[in-house]
Amino acid sequence: MTDASMHETPRKSSIHTIDARTKQRNASESRFKAYGIAAIALGLFFLVVLFVSIVRSGLPAFTKTVVEVEFTLTQEQFEQAESQLMKTGAYQDLFIAGIQSQLDARNIDVQADPAALERLLGKIGGDIRAFYSENPGMVGEPHVFGLSASSRVDGYFNGRVTRETLVDSRFLQASDLDLVDALFEAGIIKSAFNWGFITGADSGVDNPGGAGIGVSVVGSFFMMLVVLVLSLPIGVAASIYLEEFAPKNRWTDLIEVNISNLAAVPSIVFGILGLAVFIQFMHLPQSAPLVGGLVLTLMTLPTIIISTRASLKSVPPSIRDAALGVGASKMQAVFHHVLPLAMPGILTGTIIGLAQALGETAPLLLIGMVGFVARGYPDGFVGGFVEPNSAMPAQIYTWAARADASFYDKAWGGIIVLLVFLLTMNIIAIILRRRFERRW
Amino acid sequence: MYDAPHYTERDVAQTDTKISAKGVQVYYGDTHAIKDVDVEIADKTVTAFIGPSGCGKSTFLRCLNRMNDTIDICRVQGDILLDGEDIYDRRVDPVQLRAKVGMVFQKPNPFPKSIYDNIAYGPRIHGLAKNKADLDVIVEKSLRRGAIWDEVKDRLQAPGTGLSGGQQQRLCIARAVATEPEVLLMDEPCSALDPIATAQVEELIDELRRDYSVVIVTHSMQQAARVSQKTAFFHLGNLVEYDDTSKIFTNPEDPRTESYITGRIG
Amino acid sequence: MPLLWLIGIVLAIAVAGYVIGRKRALDSAGGDPRNLHSLPSYYGSNVAMKVVVPSVLVLLVWLIVQPIYVGSVVSGALPDRAIADGSSRDLVMAEVRRTADGLNNAVAQGIMTDEEARDMRADFTDVTQRLKDAGQIVTSEVTQPILNAAQQFRAMNATGAIAMAIVVTLLAIGGLLWGLKESEKDFRARNTVEQGVKALLIAAASIAVLTTVGIVLSLIFNTYEFFKLYPWYEFFFGTTWSPSFSGRGGSSELGIIPLLWGTLYISIVALAVAVPIGLFAAIYLSEYAGPKVRAVAKPLLEVLAGIPTIVYGLFALLTVGPMLVSVFGKEGLGIMQSGTAVMTAGLVMGIMLIPFVSSLSDDIINAVPQAMRDGSYGLGATKSETIKQVVLPAALPGIVGAILLAASRAIGETMIVVLGAGAAARLSLNPFEAMTTVTAKIVSQLTGDADFASPEALVAFALGMTLFVITLGLNIFALYIVRKYREQYE
Repeated sequence: MTDASMHETPRKSSIHTIDARTKQRNASESRFKAYGIAAIALGLFFLVVLFVSIVRSGLPAFTKTVVEVEFTLTQEQFEQAESQLMKTGAYQDLFIAGIQSQLDARNIDVQADPAALERLLGKIGGDIRAFYSENPGMVGEPHVFGLSASSRVDGYFNGRVTRETLVDSRFLQASDLDLVDALFEAGIIKSAFNWGFITGADSGVDNPGGAGIGVSVVGSFFMMLVVLVLSLPIGVAASIYLEEFAPKNRWTDLIEVNISNLAAVPSIVFGILGLAVFIQFMHLPQSAPLVGGLVLTLMTLPTIIISTRASLKSVPPSIRDAALGVGASKMQAVFHHVLPLAMPGILTGTIIGLAQALGETAPLLLIGMVGFVARGYPDGFVGGFVEPNSAMPAQIYTWAARADASFYDKAWGGIIVLLVFLLTMNIIAIILRRRFERRW
Repeated sequence: MYDAPHYTERDVAQTDTKISAKGVQVYYGDTHAIKDVDVEIADKTVTAFIGPSGCGKSTFLRCLNRMNDTIDICRVQGDILLDGEDIYDRRVDPVQLRAKVGMVFQKPNPFPKSIYDNIAYGPRIHGLAKNKADLDVIVEKSLRRGAIWDEVKDRLQAPGTGLSGGQQQRLCIARAVATEPEVLLMDEPCSALDPIATAQVEELIDELRRDYSVVIVTHSMQQAARVSQKTAFFHLGNLVEYDDTSKIFTNPEDPRTESYITGRIG
Repeated sequence: MPLLWLIGIVLAIAVAGYVIGRKRALDSAGGDPRNLHSLPSYYGSNVAMKVVVPSVLVLLVWLIVQPIYVGSVVSGALPDRAIADGSSRDLVMAEVRRTADGLNNAVAQGIMTDEEARDMRADFTDVTQRLKDAGQIVTSEVTQPILNAAQQFRAMNATGAIAMAIVVTLLAIGGLLWGLKESEKDFRARNTVEQGVKALLIAAASIAVLTTVGIVLSLIFNTYEFFKLYPWYEFFFGTTWSPSFSGRGGSSELGIIPLLWGTLYISIVALAVAVPIGLFAAIYLSEYAGPKVRAVAKPLLEVLAGIPTIVYGLFALLTVGPMLVSVFGKEGLGIMQSGTAVMTAGLVMGIMLIPFVSSLSDDIINAVPQAMRDGSYGLGATKSETIKQVVLPAALPGIVGAILLAASRAIGETMIVVLGAGAAARLSLNPFEAMTTVTAKIVSQLTGDADFASPEALVAFALGMTLFVITLGLNIFALYIVRKYREQYE
């Protein structure tokens, strides 16, 4: 081959006309680009689907159906009811008669069958009697009672229960729905914000309507307190040592390798650690936020150490040199100058680590925070740490694992509460970062 | 505003004009990097761009094959004609343009592939070879033109990154040659090389002049004097002077050119 | 709150020590801090450190050792006849602990006097009923040996607590005297304090190692117990997983193969979703997208990584599962029985891993030097040709590392498979069937009612060990590849 052969067909083509091969290549270019756009679109689509299903399925947990009836108990009726053997039954009969008369007054032709009303409202006689025995002055006065309807009525209003899917049971019958519709038209059944869900405790398996997430929020709070109090100082101390003081030796290498590996160990393994060491070996109380906090601390530490070291590293060496130059000891240079400058970064990393810990579920399953029915708030501050409790993600799991589909609403609602907390923490972290970000 | 010297038609009329630039302005965001540059680059000639760092010579070079398109904030105005056709025309596909106007970079940048695949890359994407035997021929020829064939013929499947710096740069030149360009742009091709490798590459550039129009950016005035026939001096985004190399180095017209070549600025 | 009181006392001594130590040092220098070796506060800190560190260390060790010691003594003293058939010493000890707790609470609530709790005899008084009345949870009838043991347990703990308080307080006072003796103007207080602080820093850094040791020990110890009860070759090579729920019956078959298969299958589905989407997203974001698109799309994708796995689990169980059933189930193609299946879990896990793959790949693609791209563009290659033939091959080792890290995530993921994959362990190729994984079985074996000493519970530790070894191996290998790759371009 000679040089001349290279130019046997001199390509004097114009660059203003695009040749066939270039067209083909450009088409493949556009295809490739389209794959990229499709990938992003698909990812964002999943995100949207996730959020839509969370919001759509979760919002019903925040409302509940209440039956609001104005009811007047006369002195005569009061005495009569109190004199009977089945006192609560008597109250219930009186109340149902009251509802019936209101329906009649509004010309709504539906029979308020006592059994049906009992299915809708539960046994209400006790509540009414309790009200009048606490407020005897109200006898003879009109009073508006707001009574929670059963969770199946909730389900009817948010579309989970329909006439077609309803199977008659002792909980609800198809005929009851006529009554519900009539009461709704009469304005007796209303939707109200369910404060009980936010502040309340978990109910048993048979009462989805009364279940609340409040107690497990408190459980999570105490757990996060443990995580914060332990992981921040330990994480910062470990990072300072590794970044500023550690000599290059076997032990330091071992620590470094350990930290990067622990960051990738599956969280369930930390649960096994917690079960074996804290519960079996040290006999700390099961289901206690203290134990959960300890396990999550060990899990979060690598994250916090990694981000803390990054912020320590970003403080330029000139600051250290300046401090050492005026005669400060190495320790003083670090604690007086480097650490304060790195603090915003450290706090940001810590908040993100805490947010991660807050949503973690798997290790909590193993230390007994699931299956425990958190029925009440802990007594006092110390009790918050050592009394058995649940935590938000564990509570959500408990609800999701229950057979009754009415609890699914609660689980989605719980997720909204959890995500609101996570969002708040992340926003705080972003604000901290924006506010104190420093470019050297 | 500086009054551009009249490098007269006479100087370039001797050979065909390959690239002709008129009133070229380049902006990087708000920075005016190239100010109203006119230049005519001849075929089968080595043209050197010299000037202090940051004078815009590399930026201007990268306009010639639209490499600046890959930088988002860069805007180019004015006309640049290749064989009388505007390369910034809407109809031009930069991909097709770059096949005609090849480029060699400051730092040798072989792909992390074998020596063979490095050379074969261009011909493959442009569909220059009909079959494997054809490709083998192109690869050998390009390596010979890159004056590196004898050093690598026994290890064509070895990674290109394993060569020495000078060999890597000649490999990159061979790679650029393999797509049969008409113009070869070289952005400080020797700045990362030692003197011996530099000498080899300079020798190669002189060889390439027979077939191509070569444009070389260099910060070394000696190099410009050694390899080029025409020299353009850039300063602060302006083309200060453009003339025969001998004229520039012996009898510059502009005082700034003189200051630069005598070492007072830059 | 004796423990809080004790800590309070130690802290009070420390504060007093700080003040006195500082003053003593200043006095020894005639009130002029310039005559001191270190700043006055260092003398105070030295004393406080000597008060707190030894006493708190002893306190911690004591708190850990005492329950173990008391437990073993009481357990050793339990007569054999107290252990019923089908029960074990551990179960009886749990009963003893519950009874002791019950007695404590009863005393605390004033239902029993301390003497009653100490001397009561089960044969004469109806202890069980009285404890139940007091609101204590007592599972079975409290027998005399158990009551005796519980009383012994209480007594020993009470003695222990008193001894601990005395020892710790004495140590604190000793530290105080030692520190005060040193508070002399020529004493190098700063150096001493800094040495102490440094020791604390080292201790904090060593917690990472301790955690690993804790994980490894608890896994090894319990796995060893398991292999004493169940042959290891049947565990590793058995193809059936069917634990019996009766407790100690020998009828359980605990072969890990079906679980590993489920884990692997779900991970493969997850990676098949996450890798193409994540990789193409990363390519688009780093090579094509303008700064504006990047600033919006990247954080949005990363939101997917910040969502807790329980949310994904619920999403799989309640949204994706039913959706898949409506397409592939009886009304659709008829190949899917129920919502929980390999496909459900795999798909959702894939969504979770998208940002993981994309942000790691993004970093790696960005680490490919621009010169490489310029070289390719300079030859007239299009963007996609450059990416496919230059950038991706150059980034390949790093991307493989990223995928391995994602695989290790998928293998260790728990909540999505617990809720979305089903509970049946089977070896099947149909991705629309329910299968289960190692992590899901760890959860189910340890959250059930099985006795901790039974093979059915202990197998969870062997599963955990397997999981730990696999993920650790993957992580080390992946980190090694990624690091090698980074070095190549630095």
